[in-house]
Amino acid sequence: MGRLKLATVWFGGCAGCHMSFLDLDEFLIEVAGQIDLVYSPIVDCKEYPEGVDVALLEGAICNEDNLELLHKIRARTKVLVSFGDCAVTGNVPAIRNQLGPDNTTNVLQCAYIDNAQENRRLPTHDGIVPALLARVVPVHEVVPVEHYLPGCPPPADRIKAVLTQILAGKPPHLEGAQLKFG
Amino acid sequence: MTLLDLEQIKDKEIAGRKKIVLRCCLAAGCTSSDSKNVKARLDQAVVAAGLQDQVEVRGVGCMKLCCDGPLVQVDPANTLYIKVTADSTPSIIAALSGGKSDLPQGDPQAAFFTKQLSIVLANSGVIDPERIEDYIAADGYLALHHALTEMEPRGVVEAVVQSGLRGRGGAGFPTGLKWSTVAKSPGAKKYIICNADEGDPGAFMDRSVLESDPHAVLEGMAVAAYAVGADQGFIYVRAEYPLAISRLQIAIKQAKRIGLLGMGVFESPFNFNIDLRIGAGAFVCGEETALMASVEGKRGTPRPRPPFPAERGLWDCPTLINNVETFANIPAIMRRGAEWFASIGTEKSKGTKVFALAGKIKNTGLIEVPMGTPLRTIVEEMGGGAPGGGAIKAVQTGGPSGGCIPAQHLDTPVDYESLTKLGSIMGSGGMIVMDETTNMVDVARYFLEFCMDESCGKCVPCRTGTVQMHHFLEKILAKKATARDLTHLEELCDMVRNTSLCGLGQNAPNPVQSTLRFFRHEYDALLQPELHSGGNGVAQPQPLAGAK
Amino acid sequence: MAAKTLTVDGRQISAENHTTILQAATDAGIKIPTLCHLDGVYDVGACRLCLVEVKGTTKLLSACTTRVYEGMEVTTNSERLQKYRRMTLELLFAERNHTCAVCVANGHCELQALACELGMDHVRYDYCSPKWGVDATHPFLGMDHNRCILCTRCVRTCWHIEGAGTKNVAGRGTKSYIINDLNEPWGESETCTSCAKCVLSCPTGALFHKGATVGEMERDRSKLAFIVNAREKKQWVV
Ligand SMILES: Cc1cc2nc3c(=O)[nH]c(=O)nc-3n(C[C@H](O)[C@H](O)[C@H](O)COP(=O)(O)O)c2cc1C
Ligand code: SF4
Ligand code: SF4
Ligand code: FES
Repeated sequence: MGRLKLATVWFGGCAGCHMSFLDLDEFLIEVAGQIDLVYSPIVDCKEYPEGVDVALLEGAICNEDNLELLHKIRARTKVLVSFGDCAVTGNVPAIRNQLGPDNTTNVLQCAYIDNAQENRRLPTHDGIVPALLARVVPVHEVVPVEHYLPGCPPPADRIKAVLTQILAGKPPHLEGAQLKFG
Repeated sequence: MTLLDLEQIKDKEIAGRKKIVLRCCLAAGCTSSDSKNVKARLDQAVVAAGLQDQVEVRGVGCMKLCCDGPLVQVDPANTLYIKVTADSTPSIIAALSGGKSDLPQGDPQAAFFTKQLSIVLANSGVIDPERIEDYIAADGYLALHHALTEMEPRGVVEAVVQSGLRGRGGAGFPTGLKWSTVAKSPGAKKYIICNADEGDPGAFMDRSVLESDPHAVLEGMAVAAYAVGADQGFIYVRAEYPLAISRLQIAIKQAKRIGLLGMGVFESPFNFNIDLRIGAGAFVCGEETALMASVEGKRGTPRPRPPFPAERGLWDCPTLINNVETFANIPAIMRRGAEWFASIGTEKSKGTKVFALAGKIKNTGLIEVPMGTPLRTIVEEMGGGAPGGGAIKAVQTGGPSGGCIPAQHLDTPVDYESLTKLGSIMGSGGMIVMDETTNMVDVARYFLEFCMDESCGKCVPCRTGTVQMHHFLEKILAKKATARDLTHLEELCDMVRNTSLCGLGQNAPNPVQSTLRFFRHEYDALLQPELHSGGNGVAQPQPLAGAK
Repeated sequence: MAAKTLTVDGRQISAENHTTILQAATDAGIKIPTLCHLDGVYDVGACRLCLVEVKGTTKLLSACTTRVYEGMEVTTNSERLQKYRRMTLELLFAERNHTCAVCVANGHCELQALACELGMDHVRYDYCSPKWGVDATHPFLGMDHNRCILCTRCVRTCWHIEGAGTKNVAGRGTKSYIINDLNEPWGESETCTSCAKCVLSCPTGALFHKGATVGEMERDRSKLAFIVNAREKKQWVV
């Protein structure tokens, strides 16, 4: 039997979900034999591979790069799991949506000019900061998602519960306190 | 005031009538195109021609063919001048003495008029709504006298039950049943409310009744008050109807002055006062519980029923609330008998219904037809079809809570049950005709937007469900939606319908659901293909490679 | 007082005349989800979470406002009701800005808790992301409109328990919002007694004690019912 091809992806989030993932500690070693981690911020791999079984997606969809990658991921992955509140709800990154349709200008102004210590200018060159989307959206607003793993960040035992069920070939099911946002 | 007094007023009024009467519409439609000035100029022209002994220029209520106003009708010659201007008035007067006039005329024998059956609008466009004598001359207040002096309250209720009258405010609840519930509700203090909030866009039936024949409504309310044992009435009329308000004020004052309202009506022990309450333009305040909250001076939001107003209404007292048109039917029923009324209409929908005909149709205006009249008769024969002869696509009835009936169902008789069966409602009587150029998704969006804006904000499904439904419709219209969005929209329609607190939310999905029912292809044509398969949480994951 | 016998989810229970379905079910240990209901103030039937099916009518009835009757058959938890409840929560989460991760009420919020309880793990509707402000003008209380679900528990508490009549609702539809007096900043309200009962009543993080940490946002709402009981029934012990 082949190993589960797992990917973890870091979109617009604080990496807290990935920290929590690493908090799985010895469980990671336990499952190491059943999983191939084919793409992840902690794996040296530039191109999202084909034929991925499961992807845990951290973060909201905030910019053009996120968008492009997400479409690629959807096309190459069987099961997508929205991993953490930012992916599930937009969470903190989506707060800028409240500033209205011009929020991208405001946000860049705030980060690169108003609050900058030196070198105050907007990053306009291609390939430096990808163009921000006018609205930050949760993953499932862009592509269909199979499962949701909320939490900010989701505690390690919640991630474990999901991975265990997936490895057992069952659709993961969380309930009660395991579903808590925040 | 006694019967004798009433008859004297009538006799005097009739005896004083002049040979020729020019009826000039002074309802809101025609006054908006300068009919007040037309009336003044007609008066002047009559004097100038020295005809004041033979000619009366009477300001009247709505003469129904509103699109061709200002209207002036000459009796007994039966000439109908349309689109009258102030400058054309001398030539109208000249024509009275045999002069030829080439002014535009309407045809009083057109189907628009001949297919009408006037009960509620019998006095509309005929009497001067600002003169109680004119109403009395048309047998006004005889019904009230008859009820007060010759009938027990129970008998009055029974007559209304027998007539088969159903509420004209939207739901079509049997009026007699409502009256008898209020009559039976224990309580020393009871109230009558006339719902004149008419908030449906495009509807102006109630406004016309109030502007054209306010006494009929007062008389209907008084009969109701006697029947259920109330001594105080309120008319809740929207502030956007200044003319209706002023005519009601005049009518109430006149009726009080001659003892037809107030203490000891017709020298009987029956007391009845009517006060006006002016609505501040919230559609939801037409909903009965919200309306009552508003009359009590509270924020106009609905509350769950039961208890129904008939048991606990205004200030927790039993309250009878009926629509303007419902009350306006009462005097005729009392005068001519329940059997007569019950002989008109269909088995379950008795009498007539007033509709405000609007939209893509040649003759816009007010019509009153027997229940059961086929939509086709109304739209094609009376309304004259779409202007320019285009094909009619659908007829929207019931206002924002109503639905669109497609052209293939035009032979449907207009009655409560038939319209409901087609996913629409009778509603209060707005009827908007749409031709082939109309985009039905856009129509749904328009009406939904109305409900969204008018939601009172109390309950979650209506307050925010309509916002999300609106998002979906915008997305569909912008060609950015997929089949998945449409599924979500339909699911939301079902949820908002079944979980909203009041009729506004419960019916808000109607425009969407009814256009989906008959014009789904228009939605489908706007949908985009899904970029990815996958089930958005619905699909099960594929069997996993590596799964144990 | 005449007792009524009714069936709730197949169980026979009895309840006093005039009690609501919600009360009767709660007394029998059957839980019906609620948000706008608050022990101690009258019910308005606004959140629609407590809707139940009653045999004999196709309409769903709010358990908090519907009185029991003899022989009533109630279903509180059908598939359909569960689905509608989840949708109601989705709509609430999408309406304003409920960013649980950075909310003072995180972990002490009835909205958040209901999402867990009813299994609402994501929202399928567009987040409206409206721009609502925070009223921090009161010396030690605050209101974050972003977290308000318009349940009007604070309004009813303010009027009927405290009797101050400070809080009210303004606006229509989704633009409705809670105001103080005639839309004054809270700190300038002449009627507010600063009793903080509204904070106690609020199911979410919309009303809070300034400077309170997340841990301090636990609210003992039974205090409100206690006051009302003491006042109306002269019962001083719970
Ligand atoms: C949102 C909403 C708006 C309504 N608006 C009106 C209205 O403008 N006029 C009216 O007569 N009834 C209106 N109704 C219906 C009233 O609640 C009530 O049923 C009616 O006044 C009863 O009178 P009837 O039995 O004579 O029809 C409305 C209902 C809803 C739910
Ligand atoms: S359905 Fe709409 S109008 Fe009616 S109570 Fe609910 S929010 Fe208010
Ligand atoms: S502030 Fe709190 S208690 Fe008041 S309406 Fe909003 S959510 Fe309800
Ligand atoms: S608790 Fe009953 S409607 Fe909110």
